Amino acid sequence: MLPMDHVIALSAILFTIGVLGVATRRNLIVMLMSIELMLNAVNLAFVGFNRIWSQVEGMPVIDGQIFVLMVIAVAAAEVAVGLGILLSLFRNRDSVNVEEVNLLKW
Amino acid sequence: MTVETILFYVFGILAVVSALGMVLNTRNTVASAMSLVVTMVSLGAIYLLLEAYLVAVIQIMVYGGAIVVLFLFVVMLLNLSTDEFPPGRQRLIKFAFVIAGVVILAQVLIALERDPLLAAQPAAVPNGFGGYRQVAASLYTDYVLLVEMASLLLLAAIVGALILAKRKID
Repeated sequence: MLPMDHVIALSAILFTIGVLGVATRRNLIVMLMSIELMLNAVNLAFVGFNRIWSQVEGMPVIDGQIFVLMVIAVAAAEVAVGLGILLSLFRNRDSVNVEEVNLLKW
Repeated sequence: MTVETILFYVFGILAVVSALGMVLNTRNTVASAMSLVVTMVSLGAIYLLLEAYLVAVIQIMVYGGAIVVLFLFVVMLLNLSTDEFPPGRQRLIKFAFVIAGVVILAQVLIALERDPLLAAQPAAVPNGFGGYRQVAASLYTDYVLLVEMASLLLLAAIVGALILAKRKID
């Protein structure tokens, strides 16, 4: 049996690493990857908590894993649109550095 | 320690190390994407250990397969030069690293403390837990609206990505 508190701690650590990536990197591709990492950390927490409470009054409970499937679907959609934005950005600016994308910056 | 626990620590450490490798590698974006694959596959293995079998398979297929391949395609398409941490922000970035280090250290210490609520042994899973049969039974009865919304979202994403990546809309 796995140590469930360590599963949740692993999820928290991966989320922190993802936040660090988004906060420090300026390459848009790596920022998108860090967002994926954060989504995965949340998925791990969902699966872990679903494992802890796998049944309520004898009835099996699977809702956490359903949430994970939905998060994966949303992540796939997000990556497709994000990389599309990135491609057109690269076409216009010749760079994927977010420091050079400052028209909306105040 | 059972074999499962040892495997969990091996894959957990692998996931954390490769995630750090992804974030800290400023020289090569392809290597970052490869580190992301290692993280995703390790997480898939941990899902298997947590008895979420269908989710583990989908994790490896969608993340390890589709999403990372998409990233690799774009990285190789763009032929990016090396990128550094932005030069004018060194102090801010050091500050961010210190904060993240402190937070991760605190998380490790809290985990070693062993929260009694979470450290309790979870009950054995019911028969067929996490298999396609149970997930599908829940997905297509209680959550059928969610499935429809996901399909709409994916359709919108396909159209959006096509329009964004097209050179010129005629």
